[in-house]
Amino acid sequence: MQDQLVISKGARRFKRLGALFGSTLLVALASSSVIALLFIFYFIMRDALPFFRLEGVREFLTSTHWYPSRDPAEFGALSIFVGSALVTLGASIVAVPLGILAALCLSDILPFAVRQVAKPIIEMLAAIPSVVYGFFALVVLAPLIQARGGTLLAAGAWMVLAPLFLVSTTVASDIVSSRFPQRLRTPVRIATLAVLGGLGIGALLALTGVLNRLVVSSGTNALNVSVVLGIMALPTIVSVSEDALNSVGRELREGSYALGATRAETLLKVVVPAARSGILAAVILGVMRAIGETMVVWMASGNAARIPSPWFNLLQPVRTLTATIAGDMGEADQVTGSARYHVLFAMALCLLAFAFIMNLVSEYVVRRSRKMRG
Amino acid sequence: MNRFRNVLMCIALAAVLCVTFMPVALFAQATKIVIDGSTTVGPIAKAFAEYYMSKNAGVNITVSESGSGNGAKSLINGTCDIATMSRFMKDEEFKAAVDKGVFPVATVVSVDGIAVIVHPSCPVQGLSVDQVRDIYTGKITNWKDVGGPNVAIVIISRDTNSGTYESFESLVLNKQKISDKAEYVGSNGAVRERVQSTPAAIGYVGLGFVDKTVKALKVNNIMPDEATVTSGSYPIARPLFMFTNGYPKMGSTLYSFLNLYLTPKGQEIVKAIGFVPITKY
Repeated sequence: MQDQLVISKGARRFKRLGALFGSTLLVALASSSVIALLFIFYFIMRDALPFFRLEGVREFLTSTHWYPSRDPAEFGALSIFVGSALVTLGASIVAVPLGILAALCLSDILPFAVRQVAKPIIEMLAAIPSVVYGFFALVVLAPLIQARGGTLLAAGAWMVLAPLFLVSTTVASDIVSSRFPQRLRTPVRIATLAVLGGLGIGALLALTGVLNRLVVSSGTNALNVSVVLGIMALPTIVSVSEDALNSVGRELREGSYALGATRAETLLKVVVPAARSGILAAVILGVMRAIGETMVVWMASGNAARIPSPWFNLLQPVRTLTATIAGDMGEADQVTGSARYHVLFAMALCLLAFAFIMNLVSEYVVRRSRKMRG
Repeated sequence: MNRFRNVLMCIALAAVLCVTFMPVALFAQATKIVIDGSTTVGPIAKAFAEYYMSKNAGVNITVSESGSGNGAKSLINGTCDIATMSRFMKDEEFKAAVDKGVFPVATVVSVDGIAVIVHPSCPVQGLSVDQVRDIYTGKITNWKDVGGPNVAIVIISRDTNSGTYESFESLVLNKQKISDKAEYVGSNGAVRERVQSTPAAIGYVGLGFVDKTVKALKVNNIMPDEATVTSGSYPIARPLFMFTNGYPKMGSTLYSFLNLYLTPKGQEIVKAIGFVPITKY
């Protein structure tokens, strides 16, 4: 039956050979990236393992004494791990809420024409070289934070908390007043609004007072870097999660509106849950961007190998893994093959392992959320 | 006639081949200078090599920076022509060299003077070496302890990989640990940038990087400038050496390369990297 469709046996063989050749080529091309990854793993492992043989693991992970150039050298990298974690945490605090909200705004709230202009502008942020960000952080942001860090923080607190209080007091007064009979609702609403609003403004003013008194001794600190890294991670998060929100589709939104849901309900209870896996992927991509960034942290984080006290104090300088690798990597050490050279590879290995774990986790979460939705 | 033309062609071809391969043949005999040693002196050697190679085709100079000790080792083992060193050779290195028939000769190519700098608004005019050490090791943490205002000192240091750090460590820190509060930056220019924008900062740079935007402190009551550094009265300074096996034969490539530091261009290079030239023309 099938033979009738084929012109001749020779042609069929030729076709099969062609197909085989094509698929082999594609497999080879596709696997080249995997092979590259394996090679990276192999070479980093090869230079990282001598460090653990020379110096052991304990000091590396538990001590905060980082004196690689002294004799005898000390390789306690705990403070550097903490520095990396702190900066990444700070960048996520800046970028994740801002990015997701911006994506929501772009996909569901702004009119189409505005969106067509705004999205490319946000994506432009990704095109700026990181050394430019670093220079900005060092030359503009650092002196600014030094001179009026407290005021800046207070302004930031107002910008974030004032709208938040406004929305939450409105919602709260709505909920409270709906419990009362009809004729009491308006006075109750006004009363709760006044009380909660007064409390909120009071709290904000108190916070402003505290922040205004802050003295920042050094502008190259974890806060500076967190803000800049957050801005750098922003385009990734906005762009990817906006795509995810867009792909939810019109049907779901219209179905929700048809059932009588408001726009807020549609957004929060339908669109965002449906796009959850895409948003998560966006967040992980953004966080990876922040943790892997080198130039900005090397230029503007201060690079002091010390755990801030208390640990969440973003106004103190920190040292990150990437900056240490970049700053300590000299030709000198390669020749002698000392522990000082291999310790950098040990750090690279930790970074790579972390990236690997993050990717696996995100894969797992995405797959599970897909399964749950069916 | 035809044969004659063939012979002519052959000769022409041979001539062309000769001309094309002549530079290659010459290049194969090119003079090679191998330099190894200190990370502090390395930049001078590199800049000298770059300049020298641009002026003299057919000279090939390689510079590696594996530390003063390794430079000495290479010279003793005969694997380099010049050992760049930020310290003088130790007794045992000298002995090992002589035992192997190598006679190290030192040439001082420049002086490394390190200025301690602060913000121009800082009222402190000078410190002693001990005070500088106490600041960098974290014993003194406030400017009021050295006659300044009551603000915490922000310590700026070069990265531990740099020659300037190495010099500072050996001339000031005296084997003590630098404070873990010290902030590290990647270049002399970046130290200056941080200090000029931070009123409470203290930093150190090669003398060539001091300008009007920062204030250089007197150390042990001596102002760092070219005169005090070359005369040796400024305490945070040290000579930078190039060691050769015997003094190079006059007129040789090695001789003219080694004496590059005496030329105006050589002095210009030394100054541009932030060191102090030995001679003034």
